[in-house]
Amino acid sequence: MSDVATRKSSRDGAAAAIDGAGPVSTRASAPIEAYRADFKRQSAVPEWLQSLRAQGMARFESLGFPTTKNEDWHFTSVAPIAEQTFRAAMTSKAGVSSEGSTAGMVARADLRRFTFGQPAWHTLVFVNGEFSENLSSYAGLGEKVRVSSLAQAIRSGIERLERHLGKIAAFDKHAFTALNTAFIRDGAFIELQADAVVDEPIHLIFVSEGEGEAISHPRNLIVAAQNSRASIIESYICVRDSCYFTNAVTEISLGEGARIDHYKIQRESEKSFHVGTTQIRQARDSQLHSFSFAVGGLLARTNIYTSLEGDAATCTLNGLYLTDGVQHIDNQTSIEHFAPNCPSHEIYKGVLDGRSHGVFNGKVYVHPEAQKTDGKQSNNNLLLSPTARVDTKPQLEIFADDVKCTHGATVGRLDEMAMFYLNSRGIGREMARTLLTYAFAADVLETIKLEPMKKELEKMVLARFASTAAA
Amino acid sequence: MLEINDLHAGIGDREILRGITLRVNAGEVHAVMGPNGSGKSTLAQVLAGNPSYEVTKGTITYNGQNLLELDPEVRAQNGIFLAFQYPVEIPGVSNAYFLRSAYNEIRKANGMEEVDPLEFLDLVEEKLKLVDMDQAMLSRSVNQGFSGGEKKRNEIFQMAVLSPRLAILDETDSGLDIDALRIVAQGVNTLRSPENATIVVTHYQRLLNYIVPDFVHVISNGRIVKSGGKELALELEEKGYDWLQNVGADVGAVA
Repeated sequence: MSDVATRKSSRDGAAAAIDGAGPVSTRASAPIEAYRADFKRQSAVPEWLQSLRAQGMARFESLGFPTTKNEDWHFTSVAPIAEQTFRAAMTSKAGVSSEGSTAGMVARADLRRFTFGQPAWHTLVFVNGEFSENLSSYAGLGEKVRVSSLAQAIRSGIERLERHLGKIAAFDKHAFTALNTAFIRDGAFIELQADAVVDEPIHLIFVSEGEGEAISHPRNLIVAAQNSRASIIESYICVRDSCYFTNAVTEISLGEGARIDHYKIQRESEKSFHVGTTQIRQARDSQLHSFSFAVGGLLARTNIYTSLEGDAATCTLNGLYLTDGVQHIDNQTSIEHFAPNCPSHEIYKGVLDGRSHGVFNGKVYVHPEAQKTDGKQSNNNLLLSPTARVDTKPQLEIFADDVKCTHGATVGRLDEMAMFYLNSRGIGREMARTLLTYAFAADVLETIKLEPMKKELEKMVLARFASTAAA
Repeated sequence: MLEINDLHAGIGDREILRGITLRVNAGEVHAVMGPNGSGKSTLAQVLAGNPSYEVTKGTITYNGQNLLELDPEVRAQNGIFLAFQYPVEIPGVSNAYFLRSAYNEIRKANGMEEVDPLEFLDLVEEKLKLVDMDQAMLSRSVNQGFSGGEKKRNEIFQMAVLSPRLAILDETDSGLDIDALRIVAQGVNTLRSPENATIVVTHYQRLLNYIVPDFVHVISNGRIVKSGGKELALELEEKGYDWLQNVGADVGAVA
């Protein structure tokens, strides 16, 4: 796909206007002014955090929102985000107990359909980015496990927080991470001490209640000490179909031999904006298994970045994105091999319908010291309509000489022979289309180890394309 | 049951069938033979409704209906079944799910209740034995990783489960060893009944030792050049197809 085509598709020509200006363009200055005002209005926090926030704000102001000239944002114009003034969800509440406030507007019943039928999973609920004690339940985690809201951890003055927060998610180059850092206030703090094993998954639910163009900046920190183990789910959902902006950052530190299964389930409103970055550092023998499911948002971007820093650390990054209507869903992954003997396996699949636009950009860097790297990366896309489009850019950069790396990308349509085969058995076109679409996504869904989640997402995939076909 | 009249069909500008006329009654088994490229597989595909082929002239009537107006799934729901020469692999869809969907869609179209997975399992058990297949195959993806013989047996298994009124076997014998051939033939013979008809498309006579046809037709160059009883197949085995290709044009013109 050519650059020209990309530019043409960008919304309302707004990207072109941004393209022409510097980082702090006149078009974008009004919203940045609003962020600046919100930043000043934040209530006091410990000095180290105040300083971190200030660095984030300064970096955000100098970077500005990325334009499509930025290689990382080549296929995705964020002009609709840059030009809009969002209402800071709750600027006055930072550092204060969050009971009552807006959390009262979301009821437990609203969340039921997002919990995979597993009320027993440890659940932390955040409403518009703010922790809700009432909606959360996470008892019996054991003494080696500490789970709390980030706001609570900040209040408690936990020293590890200061040591890790802002150290993993790089905000020097990433404007959205810088912006999130400027507004660090709440999110989840999960600390697993050495050898801690959490049997039931920990489910973090970020719900937007959908009142008037709010922005939230959830910030999560997961520190897994050596040989600890847990499954952690981040769900981004809404209770009302509306326009809002979620700008989330999750930092994960994996100690030696630690294993985290991380699931990101992005089911935001189809009128909303979502930018989410998960950034991980992995020590030797650690394992990260990441699964990203992206189906929501008018404009959504998920970044999963991991650094394999210790010998024989492993990562699998898998993902599935389903787009329809005028949605734009972008997925960027980065795997940095800094150490030898690390396997990294990645499969992302996309199913694109309507006039939607999907993007996959997967980078694998093999640094000179990362000998014996075993890297596999693939991205496969299924276009269900003639007006859907996808841009895929798998990137592999190798600076070591003894490695085994493969990557590839495909874009295809439904197989007409398979379609006829199903038809010839009495299965009509619509059902056949659903079945073949489901089949396309099946192998990547199969990698989900949480059975109830796998079943639920399989159902979602079937239902989504069944309804499209019937329309 | 089936009446094909002066059927012309092809792909794009290439005409492959150039005036096929054939009548198949309930209870009959017809063998359609011919050299490679004669159009016999095209005939099978056109009967099943493959949209890649275009019918340019002629008619097909099936139980009084204009078959050419029906979508392939409706043909199947009305009892037509094509055993594919090259069965399609569908990774990610299990044989069980696929076949139960097909079975239920056909039942629904005929005003019958759908069956649940357990009922379905009971129903297919005996059919699996018929083609000497293991129940484990049901949870495997449709034809994925199947050997040539397994794929063909799966076609006959599907046929046994869906119990069509008109079965069309497109070169089901090709690539089969003698044991597999026997299994396939046994499957077909079990399904023979006075209400059903079968069209066996084949290049070689050997399958017809096991599935004995009532009629044998030879297609050459898109036309039926000779029709006869089962002894015609033996004659072809002996003499090959060359002697018929020479007379092809004349016979075709008369037909």
